[in-house]
Amino acid sequence: MANKLISEMGLPRSMANVFIARNIVTAKDALSLSEFELMEVLDVGLEEVTRAVAHISEISCPPYQTALSLLEQRNQNEYLAGHLPTRLKGLDAALFGGIPFGVVTELVGPAGIGKTQFCLKLALLASLPTSYGGLGGRVIYVDVESKFSSKRMIEMGLSSFPEIFHMEGLAQEMAGRILVLQPASLSEFTESLQHIKVSLLQHNVKLLIIDSMAALASGEYGLAPPKHHPLGWHISFIKSLAECYRIPVVVTNQVRSQSRDEASRYLFQGQRVIKIAKSSISPSMGFCFNITSSGVSLLDDEGVEMMGPEANTISWEGHIGIINYE
Amino acid sequence: MEVSTLPISASHRGKLISSGYTSLSSLSSVSPSRLAQDLKISENEAVEILKVVSRRSGSEKIENGNHAIMNGAQTAWDMLHEEESSVCITTSCSDLDVILGGGIHCKEVTEIGGVPGIGKTQLGIQLAVNVQIPSGYGGLGGKAIYIDTEGSFMVERALQIAEACAQDMLEYDNLLRKDSQACRVIKQPKAFLENIFYFRVCTYTEQIAVINYLEKFISEQKDVKVVIVDSITFHFRQDFEDMALRTRLLGGMALKLMKLAKQFKLAVVLLNQVTTKYKEGSFQLTLALGDSWSHASTNRIILHWNGDERYAYLDKSPSLQSASAPYAVTGKGIRNAAPNCKRVKLM
Repeated sequence: MANKLISEMGLPRSMANVFIARNIVTAKDALSLSEFELMEVLDVGLEEVTRAVAHISEISCPPYQTALSLLEQRNQNEYLAGHLPTRLKGLDAALFGGIPFGVVTELVGPAGIGKTQFCLKLALLASLPTSYGGLGGRVIYVDVESKFSSKRMIEMGLSSFPEIFHMEGLAQEMAGRILVLQPASLSEFTESLQHIKVSLLQHNVKLLIIDSMAALASGEYGLAPPKHHPLGWHISFIKSLAECYRIPVVVTNQVRSQSRDEASRYLFQGQRVIKIAKSSISPSMGFCFNITSSGVSLLDDEGVEMMGPEANTISWEGHIGIINYE
Repeated sequence: MEVSTLPISASHRGKLISSGYTSLSSLSSVSPSRLAQDLKISENEAVEILKVVSRRSGSEKIENGNHAIMNGAQTAWDMLHEEESSVCITTSCSDLDVILGGGIHCKEVTEIGGVPGIGKTQLGIQLAVNVQIPSGYGGLGGKAIYIDTEGSFMVERALQIAEACAQDMLEYDNLLRKDSQACRVIKQPKAFLENIFYFRVCTYTEQIAVINYLEKFISEQKDVKVVIVDSITFHFRQDFEDMALRTRLLGGMALKLMKLAKQFKLAVVLLNQVTTKYKEGSFQLTLALGDSWSHASTNRIILHWNGDERYAYLDKSPSLQSASAPYAVTGKGIRNAAPNCKRVKLM
């Protein structure tokens, strides 16, 4: 929208020519100048400039929708009004159905707590045919740290859906829908993002998982941390993919401890908790969980509502935080 | 030189001056053909210039407002009447409404800032619903425009808040208005969603375009009483190298929004993020976009944590004292905090 050409906006010919003569070619160029600046640069009167700017703004403005039509669109066109159920009852209830489409959901937590397990399960759930409650589509799994285990995923499948998985050829069909990418560097990842964008459209991809974002950035800091986040562009791009194609996108991230003695924290003495840390549609809720053969399972579907600023923080001791990056 | 203040193109201005037309009166009696000859421009262009001149000198004689002394001025007495009769949009939290002098004021720009997760978007959605409360229940019965720059708006949550609002209205009916059956207006939750106009903006160019377009949109729609921008800062923070450009663009946007608020008598609510600033040896949280932006809004509210509770602090207001009030984000939306916490605190 920002790069829309002024020549194609239907301005009166004389005005359009004047803009182009002064090298103001796109909407972005025109709207970045105030009306008085435009008057000076274009050598035109104020009234004409105002009219031209109003016209350009109207054309470059994104279309509007009423909130009602947004809701109806999602109810009609999307699975469960735009949610991927995680099969964890308490979590799904809090999230109005499951992991939401159209936004990036971040799973944060210390190493070894179960983020990858959760991702594997989600990949499985998305590839299930719709008749069995899945999204019936392809999944792109970006596995940065080479943690993807097909064997473990099939094990989860056999354990959670024994009737389905023992059916002839279904396991192969589903595993065939999950595409695993293993970029070796940030630049490879950047390149593959463009390919991912094309695939989303062409190949009915219903879920994108990136495990983990932290690993992509960790090798890239030079002498001093850069002013802007090295993954800033990537995160925006991924968000736009989620929104544009209305799919759920799940990314994982690391937590580094404040204290130095990491080795002593290796074993989890406390309970593992999955916490919805930040979401527009749910209050902060924490659910205790365990890792079982079928993936992550909640110990209690009720969940505990968390109060205070602690609700939005992820502690080192065994929390997976879910943040809906709207 | 009066001619230099006319809103005409620079080259025309230059030609006028070099031909000796330096004051408006010198142009008041010249014919278009004579002017065209003197300036060596086409007769159409001369007619246009004379039109601009006549508009300028004509408006000096018109009495604007109630005043003959100065064009466009209003007396403070008249403004007092206007201020007293101005309406507010309730936040559904009575403590917060109290410190705000009734709620979010129309004809003013209010900035609301806070850390992520404190409830800015929640408050934005609550206001988009509350502006629609019919006047029979003390509301404005207006429509809302929600400009989303981050993708925070969740339709399911808006529906949930609308349902709670409709429920509250029903309870109000049952409790207080048993006698006046005639005025009962039952509003369906989905009807609330119909009156929220949602724009999703992905770049700063689109943000500027939307704000420019709003004037036309609101004149056509009518009844829009609140414009919520969530958040105003987002597209201006990442990778903006040219700081001078950023300041100029933000300043332009702020002016346009203030003008919209006054022109259509609506409330403009800008949600802002916070950033850390290194000041006097420590890191402090301040609103994003720097000091120059802080002049843009009429009112400023900062949302923050105090222990386990959420507080709203009125930081800037032309007529109200700084004060702090607790609030809660519940399944129904923004509501009063639980009764056992501290109440409104005046600073």
